Amino acid sequence: MEAPFPGTVNAACGNFNEEMRTVADTHAEEPTRRDFLYVATGSMAAVGAAFAVWPLIDQMNPDASVLALASAEFDLSNIPVGQEVTVKWRGKPIFIRHRTEEEIAAADAVNVASLPDPQSDDERVRPGPSGELSREWLVLIGVCTHLGCVPLAYRGEYEGYFCPCHGSVFDTSGRIRRGPAPLNLEVPPYEFLSDTRILIG
Amino acid sequence: MSGQSTYTPSNGFTRWLDSRLPVMRLVNDSFVDYPTPRNLNYWWTFGGILTFCLAVQIVTGIVLAMHYVPTTELAFASVEHIMRDVNYGWLIRYVHANGASMFFIAVYIHMFRGLYYGSYKAPREVLWILGVLIYLLMMATAFFGYVLPWGQMSFWGATVITNLFGAIPLVGESLRTWLWGGFAVGDPTLNRFFSLHYLFPFLIAGVVILHVWALHVSGQGNPAGIEVKDPKKDTVAFTPYATMKDAFGLAVFMILFAYFVFFNPNALGEPDNYIVANPLSTPAHIVPEWYLLPFYAILRAVTFDIGPIDSKLGGVIAMFGAIAILFVLPWLDTSKVRSARFRPLYRQFFWIFVLVCLGLGYCGGAMPDDILIPVGDGGMTVTHLSQILTAYYFLHFLVVFPVLGLIEKPEPLPESIAASVLHGTRQEKATS
Repeated sequence: MEAPFPGTVNAACGNFNEEMRTVADTHAEEPTRRDFLYVATGSMAAVGAAFAVWPLIDQMNPDASVLALASAEFDLSNIPVGQEVTVKWRGKPIFIRHRTEEEIAAADAVNVASLPDPQSDDERVRPGPSGELSREWLVLIGVCTHLGCVPLAYRGEYEGYFCPCHGSVFDTSGRIRRGPAPLNLEVPPYEFLSDTRILIG
Repeated sequence: MSGQSTYTPSNGFTRWLDSRLPVMRLVNDSFVDYPTPRNLNYWWTFGGILTFCLAVQIVTGIVLAMHYVPTTELAFASVEHIMRDVNYGWLIRYVHANGASMFFIAVYIHMFRGLYYGSYKAPREVLWILGVLIYLLMMATAFFGYVLPWGQMSFWGATVITNLFGAIPLVGESLRTWLWGGFAVGDPTLNRFFSLHYLFPFLIAGVVILHVWALHVSGQGNPAGIEVKDPKKDTVAFTPYATMKDAFGLAVFMILFAYFVFFNPNALGEPDNYIVANPLSTPAHIVPEWYLLPFYAILRAVTFDIGPIDSKLGGVIAMFGAIAILFVLPWLDTSKVRSARFRPLYRQFFWIFVLVCLGLGYCGGAMPDDILIPVGDGGMTVTHLSQILTAYYFLHFLVVFPVLGLIEKPEPLPESIAASVLHGTRQEKATS
C-alpha cells in the first residue's frame, strides 16, 4: 500500500498534540474558569455514571421474593430423641437435632479454649419458651464453613458431623474439631414459639 | 511485519468497495498474502484450531439455547429433552460438551507451545497477555456452562467455586450473596450464569480479534525463535501455505473430536452430573472438569495458615496466583534467546514443568487423603504430593525463569530462518 493513511493520521495527531500543549501551557500559569468547568463537568459525569451503574449491580443482590422467604416455622414434635431432620431454609439445609443426654454431655465435656473456634455448648443453643436453655435441641445451618458442602450427620470421630468434601470433623455441638473448615457450623437465628415449634430467621 | 498491502481490486465492485470499506484488503493482507515464517511446524496450527473450536462452541451453543430452560425446576429436564426429543439434539449437545474439552486440549497445547518457543518474549508481551486473558475468560465460560445442566456436579461445583469468593476478607460474604442473588446457589444463580455463559464467548471473540491484531503487528514467532530478516527468503504467503497446513492439522484434530463425540461422549464428564441437583446432599467426591484439575489441586494444597492468612484464603490466593503469574511471565524470563531449541537447560526444565502440571492434574482428581507411598501407619498422601508440585509450579516461574537466563549458555542461533530450514538446525549449530 502507498500508505495514504498513516501519514495523514500522524499529521492529525501532531496538530492534536500541539493544541494539547497550548492547553497545558495555560495550566502551568494559573487555573482558569475554563479549567474549573472542565473538572466540574468531568466529576458530574463520573458521579452520574456511578449512579447509572448501581442499579445494574444491585439487581444481582437477593430480590424481594427471595427475601420474603427469609423466615420459616418448623414443627419439632415428630423428631424423637437421638434423631435429626434436615429442613430447607433460604435454600440451605438446616439440621434440627434432638440430642441425647450423652451427646449433650460430650459437647459439654470439652475444654473450650482448646477448640479452633472456641465456643461453649451453651452459646450454641437457644432458650426455650420457659426462658431456660433448651439444650436438647441443636439447630445448625448444614453448610460446611470450608467450601459449602453439606456435612453428614452422626459421622466422624466425635459422632457429630463429617464433611465428605474435604474431611472436616465436627462434634455434637457442631463445632469444628479437625480439618480445613475455619469456623463452627453456623447457628441460624431462631426462637421457640412453643415447646414444639421454632421460627427460623 | 504487516508489510505493504499487495491487494489489487479485481473488478469495478471491489474497487468501489475498497475505497469505502477496505474489508477485502484487510482479509487479503491478514490471511492471504500475509507473510508467514517458512519454518512453522504443526504446533503452530493450534491458533486456527482454536478459532474453529470457538466457532463450534458459539454455533452449537446458540442452538442449544433455543431448547434449554434456565430454571432449577426445568434445567435438568430440558437437557434430557434435548438429548431425547430434539432432532439431532444428542449430537449438538455432545459436540458442545466435548467441544469444551477439545477447546482446552487445544489451548493447553497452544500455551505450552508458547512456553517452549518463548513466544511471550519481546515484542510479543501484549500478545501473550491477551492470550492469558482469553484463557481466563475460557475458564469462566466453561465454569458457567458446567452449571447449566443442573446435575449434582453442576450444583456442588458452583457451590464450592462461589464459596471461594467468601474467603475474601471484609467483602467476601456480601460478594458471595451478590453472586448467588440469594443465600445459596439457586434459581437466580442459574439464570445469571446462563446469561453470562451466553455473553462470555463473545467477549472471547473480541479479545481474539485483539490477539490476532497484536500477532500481526509483531509478526508470528517461529521454532527458531529469530525474527524475519528478508521476507523474500524467510517467509511464504499465508495462503496457500499456512492455510493448507492449518487445514490438515485441523482435520487430524477433528478425528480426535469425532472419536469423543461419537464413540465416547461421556468419557470426559462426571457420571454424577446425570443426577439432578440436590441442595441437601453433597456427592462424596466433588471434582471439577479435567481441564481445571491442576488449579483445584493447588487450591487444596494449602492446608495450613500462613501468618494472618487462613488456609482457606491461602488456597484461593494460590489458585488465582497460579494463573495471575502467567501475566508477568514475559518479565520473569531473563533469557534473550526465545526458542528452547537453543536453550539446553530450559529445554529440560520445560519438560519437568509439563510433568508437574500433569501431576497436579492427577492430584486434583484424587481423594486428598489417599496414600501414594505408604510409610508406617501413614505415608505420603495426595495432599503432600500436591504441596510439593504446587511449590515447584511457583518456583518454576519465580526462580527457574529468572535464574536460568543468567546462568545458561545458549547454543548458537541460526543466521536466519531460511538458513535454519535449508541447512537444518543441528548442522547450523555445528557450523556456526
